[in-house]
Amino acid sequence: MSLYQLQKFLFDLNRDPSLQSTYRSDQQQLLGRYELTAQEREAIAGGDIGMMYVLGANGQLLMHFAAFLGMAWPDYIQAMRDGVRPHGPVRAGVYAMTTAMDEKVAGV
Amino acid sequence: MSLVFAGICSHAPGITGRADMADPALREPLYAAFRRMREQLAAARPDALIIVAAEHFANFFMNNMPSFAIGMADRYSGPIEDPAWLRIQPTSIPGNAALSQRLIQQVMQTVDVAFAEEWKFDHGIMVPLSFLTPGYDLPVIPVNINCQGPPLAPLPRAWAFGEAIRRAADTVPQRIALVGTGGISHWPATPDSGRINEAWDRDFLDKWSRNDQAGLLSYSDADTYREAGQGGFEIRTFISVAAAARGKGHLQHYQPIPIFAVGCTVAVMDIAA
Repeated sequence: MSLYQLQKFLFDLNRDPSLQSTYRSDQQQLLGRYELTAQEREAIAGGDIGMMYVLGANGQLLMHFAAFLGMAWPDYIQAMRDGVRPHGPVRAGVYAMTTAMDEKVAGV
Repeated sequence: MSLVFAGICSHAPGITGRADMADPALREPLYAAFRRMREQLAAARPDALIIVAAEHFANFFMNNMPSFAIGMADRYSGPIEDPAWLRIQPTSIPGNAALSQRLIQQVMQTVDVAFAEEWKFDHGIMVPLSFLTPGYDLPVIPVNINCQGPPLAPLPRAWAFGEAIRRAADTVPQRIALVGTGGISHWPATPDSGRINEAWDRDFLDKWSRNDQAGLLSYSDADTYREAGQGGFEIRTFISVAAAARGKGHLQHYQPIPIFAVGCTVAVMDIAA
């Protein structure tokens, strides 16, 4: 239901350096501005890219959150697979996984 | 004066950001194709460059999503992405607000376009600019077609938007260049990143090169999603360029590069009267 809010948080964070500072200094205060489910809040706080991917976060937004967290490209790609493995297919949006779990089409 | 240059190219962030992960035998011919396009663009002596890109939630979000938008500022900035991630340094890019306003007024005769006096360029514009105008010295008019947050404008509307851009360009005294950026088939920002449907791409590019309007507008979003991934929705930018230029296209480079997540494309199009 609140996937929109999860994505809005990512949108705001990606384009506003002052929010990036707030995220690092007072994450709870920043997340409190968004109507997130407990599951979404937990996924963000834990840097759980895989869970956020399965919840349906738009890939273009999530890609930059992963970079913001300092994840290297191969680790980011793998984190999405590692989310689908326990949690199942992507639940919303148009960024579904169509390759097999061990199919690394770009070698990563 | 008129439209003096038209082309299309890829804009995938990996082209710059993951350059070192690519096989140089694949990467260098792409970079050479960008250099050739840069020379062709310069030879056309444009006064301004309209870039029709498909942005990725840098400026526009589902709280207020325009199908079509044109920038109307004298300065822009970019990239919005982490410079270390995209490997393009933050810079200021000149615009031309007065020219934008004239173009927008003309486009509005047939297409209800949104305008924006603030615009942070993302990779959709910055990656092509880093190759085509690396000195960031040519005024840019940024244009966006929503290819990210469905519902998306139907393809015939992207065609009509391209026609409107052409009519607008032909009414201003400046020499206008037009570049559309995007992917063809690709599945970016998923575990499938690097999947490319080369046969689908080549069929699309064949239609584009023949300026086959009916063929270009024959895709449904469901077909595109199945055959070309969510990234395939960006064909709207290439279609708008075909509608604006109306001539024959010339594919100067096409090469799938999986680590760049796209079939890397550079093409120019004749400008028909």
